[in-house]
Amino acid sequence: MVLYGMEQAMSGGREKVLLYGYGNPGRGDDGLGPALASAIELADLPGVEVDADYQLTIEDAARLAGYGAVVFVDAAAQGEEPFSFVLVDDAAAHHLGWTSHSVTPAQVVALARDLFGCRVPAYLLAIRGYQFTELCEVFSPAAKENLAAALAFAKRVLLEPGCCFARYLRSSGPTAAGPELGGSTWKA
Amino acid sequence: MSVAKRIVIEPVTRVEGHGKVVILLDENQKVIQARLHVVEFRGFERFIQGRPFWEVPVLVQRLCGICPVSHHLAAAKAMDRIVGGENLTPTAEKVRRLMHYGQIFQSHALHFFHLASPDLLFGFDADVGVRNVIGIAGRYPDLAVQAVLMRKYGQEIIKATAGKKIHGTGAIPGGVNKSLSVAERDGFLRELDRQIDWAKSAVRIAKDYTVQNLAKLAPFGSFESNHLSLVRSDGAMDLYHGNLRAIDAHGAHIFDQVDYQRYVDFIAEEVRDWSYMKFPFIRSLGPEQGWYRVGPLARLNTASFIDTPLAEAERKEFRRATADQTSNITMAYHWARMIELLHAIEKIQILLGDPDLQGTDLVSKGQRREVGIGVIEAPRGTLFHHYKVDKNDQVVAANLIVSTTSNNEPMNRAVAKVARDHLQGVEITEGLLNHVEVAIRAYDPCLSCATHALGQMPLEVSVVGSSGQVFAQKSRELGWARPDRARPRGI
Repeated sequence: MVLYGMEQAMSGGREKVLLYGYGNPGRGDDGLGPALASAIELADLPGVEVDADYQLTIEDAARLAGYGAVVFVDAAAQGEEPFSFVLVDDAAAHHLGWTSHSVTPAQVVALARDLFGCRVPAYLLAIRGYQFTELCEVFSPAAKENLAAALAFAKRVLLEPGCCFARYLRSSGPTAAGPELGGSTWKA
Repeated sequence: MSVAKRIVIEPVTRVEGHGKVVILLDENQKVIQARLHVVEFRGFERFIQGRPFWEVPVLVQRLCGICPVSHHLAAAKAMDRIVGGENLTPTAEKVRRLMHYGQIFQSHALHFFHLASPDLLFGFDADVGVRNVIGIAGRYPDLAVQAVLMRKYGQEIIKATAGKKIHGTGAIPGGVNKSLSVAERDGFLRELDRQIDWAKSAVRIAKDYTVQNLAKLAPFGSFESNHLSLVRSDGAMDLYHGNLRAIDAHGAHIFDQVDYQRYVDFIAEEVRDWSYMKFPFIRSLGPEQGWYRVGPLARLNTASFIDTPLAEAERKEFRRATADQTSNITMAYHWARMIELLHAIEKIQILLGDPDLQGTDLVSKGQRREVGIGVIEAPRGTLFHHYKVDKNDQVVAANLIVSTTSNNEPMNRAVAKVARDHLQGVEITEGLLNHVEVAIRAYDPCLSCATHALGQMPLEVSVVGSSGQVFAQKSRELGWARPDRARPRGI
């Protein structure tokens, strides 16, 4: 079956990394994901493609084909400071979300697998934020610091030959990047 | 002393934003009322005040990550009035229409396949672990692929006409900033036939389901109501531009062909102390009788006809299901939505064949005004944007009536109807939860607009007495965050 949109993605080269930031830049810290994506795009890192949107939706499943790895970047209302870096577990895709039109990284990965036969290692860089309800285009001071730490981490990993993301994951349980990279509990 | 009880369902799953449902019972455990509470965004007035008016069509996309194009276009239409450029060039109007039909197409496809089809194909009471988009992908993979690729087609039209996904800038005061290239057009044309086929198939699914289950669906969350939308000057459905028409539950005109620049003479908004959302109503009927529905069901009822052949044929079938009377069946929203999906792709087909899309005359200007009102039929219903701009080009006041706000009272009534029909005692059963959610999802509400950060909001259900005592509690998952309680300003 030839699928619309897949041909283009398939020609993109297997080893490229897609960094996908999502969130609403008009909702305070909710915009951390797109902000990091924008900074990575400006850095123009080799082998890295960047995309951003308000949220993940089902058609993003068709977007994943053709990449060696995908890094989703989102703001986190809870969890580790300044950020965490985890493997996306597509077994979590069946959880019923509370939103109507968006999907989770796990659901995007599961849909890519089930609908397009695309098995891409996917990671989530979750940057801790604090202020989400006020309409504004500025980050809270602590979120701004967390963004800087996450950006330094992302640049360093993405510049490594082969981008061995798995090195930065803990062997079991919740995973996070280490203190030397700005995260809190990393070990190789 | 009253012994009334409240049943709280919080938040509503698979509905945008944060919402909870409170079902109020009297001392005999009969349902008195249902209240859908939402956490609305705050600070819109401050966010928009002092901004130069030409930034507004971009800024308002921040209001909602689900329908940024609708806000973008409604604001642009308002700003057309500010610059006196409301008589758009043919290219500008057609590029905007293409953007809008792309938005309608992708939004309706997403709602039906992602949100409605799990309920319809698996049944309202199916396990929530299966009754979701991943379950659809497993059981109906072809349907799921269609959903993804229909959504993608609409999104690509938006990208070609509006620009980047987050920073769409296509519509500007008085026009657009780009036309559609021949290469872009040809790319969309190559894929068009398959999209039309899939749209026809989607209508068939919704129609067959509705007709085959009409006896069960007709009373589900249903009630008589007024309906409101834009219509063209000849009464045809027009999702981008037109005049306001309101009808009653039996199809009689309440008003017709009202210039939306005068909407405040016809529509008023009521504030209730328990809700963050306002309650719009038709001024001449008052708040008790004047509330109305918007969106696909309302539009199928208000339109005299649809000006594309496939959708018009489906509209006639839709009317036949209710003996050519106005449909007040809440679950018919799904069928109506798919007819609009078909209409949107037919409109896209017509537009792609129009050379005006490649024109170079993009912007109109005229006499400067200080007030601008833009109204559009967004996927979820009529969307009003109203701005005042000072002599320094800065926005000094703004008012929005979003589609979900207009459907506020109808959603409350739908939940109350479902609760009356399905609540037994004060127990919150899985079945009750499912039915409440199905009724709300029919409206495709967008409750709070796209703050989605990781780590929030499982489903929480409580039975609470009038003094605040919790009688029972039910949760799909552990851990939840209580929504912020501050009242929104400026909207």
